[in-house]
Amino acid sequence: MHRAGEGTSGRLPDAFLRPGSASFVDFLADHAPEMLPGRRATAHGTAGAVNPAELAPHATTIVAVTFGEPGAPASGVVMAGDRRATMGSMIANRDMEKVFPADEYSAVGIAGTAGIAVEVVRLFQLELEHYEKIEGSLLSLDGKANRLGTMIRGNLPLAMQGLAVVPLFAGYDLDRGNGRIFSYDVTGGRYEERDHHSVGSGSIFARGALKKLWKPGLSAEDAVHVVVEALFDAADDDSATGGPDTMRRIFPVVATVTADGYRRVPEDELEQLVEQIVAQRRERGSVA
Amino acid sequence: MTMPFYVSPEQLMKDRADFARKGIARGRSVVVLAYDEGIAFATVNSSRALHKISEIYDRIGFAAVGKYNEFENLRVAGVRYADLRGYSYDRSDVTARGLANAYAQTLGTVFITESKPLEVELVVAEVGVTSAQDQIYRLTYDGTVADEHGFVVMGGQAEQLGRRVEEAWRPEMSLGEVLRLAVGVLGAGEGGGPAAPAGAAGAAGAGPSAGKGTTAAAGKAGAAGATGAGGAGAGAAGAAPLEVSQLEVAVLERSRPRRSFRRLTGQVLAGLLADGDAPSADAPSADAPTAGEPAAGASGKPKGTDKPKASAKPIAPEEPETPEEPDDGPDPQQGD
Repeated sequence: MHRAGEGTSGRLPDAFLRPGSASFVDFLADHAPEMLPGRRATAHGTAGAVNPAELAPHATTIVAVTFGEPGAPASGVVMAGDRRATMGSMIANRDMEKVFPADEYSAVGIAGTAGIAVEVVRLFQLELEHYEKIEGSLLSLDGKANRLGTMIRGNLPLAMQGLAVVPLFAGYDLDRGNGRIFSYDVTGGRYEERDHHSVGSGSIFARGALKKLWKPGLSAEDAVHVVVEALFDAADDDSATGGPDTMRRIFPVVATVTADGYRRVPEDELEQLVEQIVAQRRERGSVA
Repeated sequence: MTMPFYVSPEQLMKDRADFARKGIARGRSVVVLAYDEGIAFATVNSSRALHKISEIYDRIGFAAVGKYNEFENLRVAGVRYADLRGYSYDRSDVTARGLANAYAQTLGTVFITESKPLEVELVVAEVGVTSAQDQIYRLTYDGTVADEHGFVVMGGQAEQLGRRVEEAWRPEMSLGEVLRLAVGVLGAGEGGGPAAPAGAAGAAGAGPSAGKGTTAAAGKAGAAGATGAGGAGAGAAGAAPLEVSQLEVAVLERSRPRRSFRRLTGQVLAGLLADGDAPSADAPSADAPTAGEPAAGASGKPKGTDKPKASAKPIAPEEPETPEEPDDGPDPQQGD
């Protein structure tokens, strides 16, 4: 076991000094494959005996929308995720974070089996950072999206047993000067989405809201408003999606990615926005 | 049938050490200096892509002199070590001390067992929460680790430049101050450096080496004459203040939240160097003539510093054998 450079009398293992690719995932697959998510030995033939949904917490709704005119200085993408994780019909966690910075110019949100998803995100962040350090330059946005697809594909055996991970990836394309959104399926298929997209159990309801609320050339503030409303609608009809919790002051994680980089929208800004939305909906009556 | 000659272990180790030292001294110096808000690295390197200074992890930086392919290999290994360790434990569990130990073991093993020691010298630095917690480790070709305080100068005329830094450096300097100090010292190394072997080994032997060393430095400054003119001409050309485009400068900034490594280039660097005094304020002005007239100028202090380099004498005759060494080689071709 050569984990973390131990063994071999303290010197760097030969695998570390061998010329190779700039990919950390490839390095792990070579040197310590058991550390890759999705590569672990799984119990075969037990599928059906346990319901995976009740075995491990699941993360739910993620939405993303682009904003601004492509190429304009104020263009970019905003991503938001609710905070609830469920295990069967039980709430496993109410302040889980499901939207993460992948690197300076991209964000990744996760739906599906929380434990594996969080590990995939951690590895993906490291993959991008590792490449940046070794090569001295950033991967293209398409390159990042493809790397994430490869990692999701590696999780296919577990997905077949019900422990699927479905991310949503969004970032600012420095070459094209606009925000872009990518969705995935469990086989690692990568699909570029136009304008807006949502994944997770509440995505059907969120998508309906996005279709009505999104329009071309939104400002960043309007885009944040749109995603929070969409999550509100998802939480309204999907039991696994958590709405804004004004009592505990738990609000969705909302992040914008622009030419200036990744920025998480501060809590107090979200609190004002949520209060505004709640007031509007109260006025309109119980139909929300 | 030839019988292998008996070589005493002392002689063997000394030969290997001399070999490695020679390779390292041929390159340009790297200066590492602690300042109030972090740790700064600076060197002369006109390449924008082949770095001698780089990021290892959140709070850890790396600087190297010597053969590019050898230290690049160690750098990549260090990044892998740090990323793997951070992934299996936690980001806070990656320390410069652990990395320095791994490098030391690796360098030590290669020095003893391989047919050729690694011709590199490294610095692994970690910026702490306070300046008292900053760590700077210096690793040499044989695996020796030194825990340095405040500053390190390695490669090229390390001893001579180190003494200059020692005189001028004090704790809690600002970033602008340490950068001006570093650039002043590096500039003096460029100009005065080649003069040193000239004094020690005689004009004939050192001529070509001095010419080469500075040609690369002066670069587009039009030092065409320097190659032919030997020590004197080259020295004069090299004494010009260093331009921002010739420098590779980076810092580990204490106040940055996660990844603290940042490269300083272009306007930002020019601004920091110009702040207050002229960029070369820290380089004693007496230095320019020193560089111009090697024999006379090298008297006094610089000459004294040459003395320990007496061992450098045998290098001179060998210089022509390695004509591919205009500098320490951020040039992949020359790595072999």
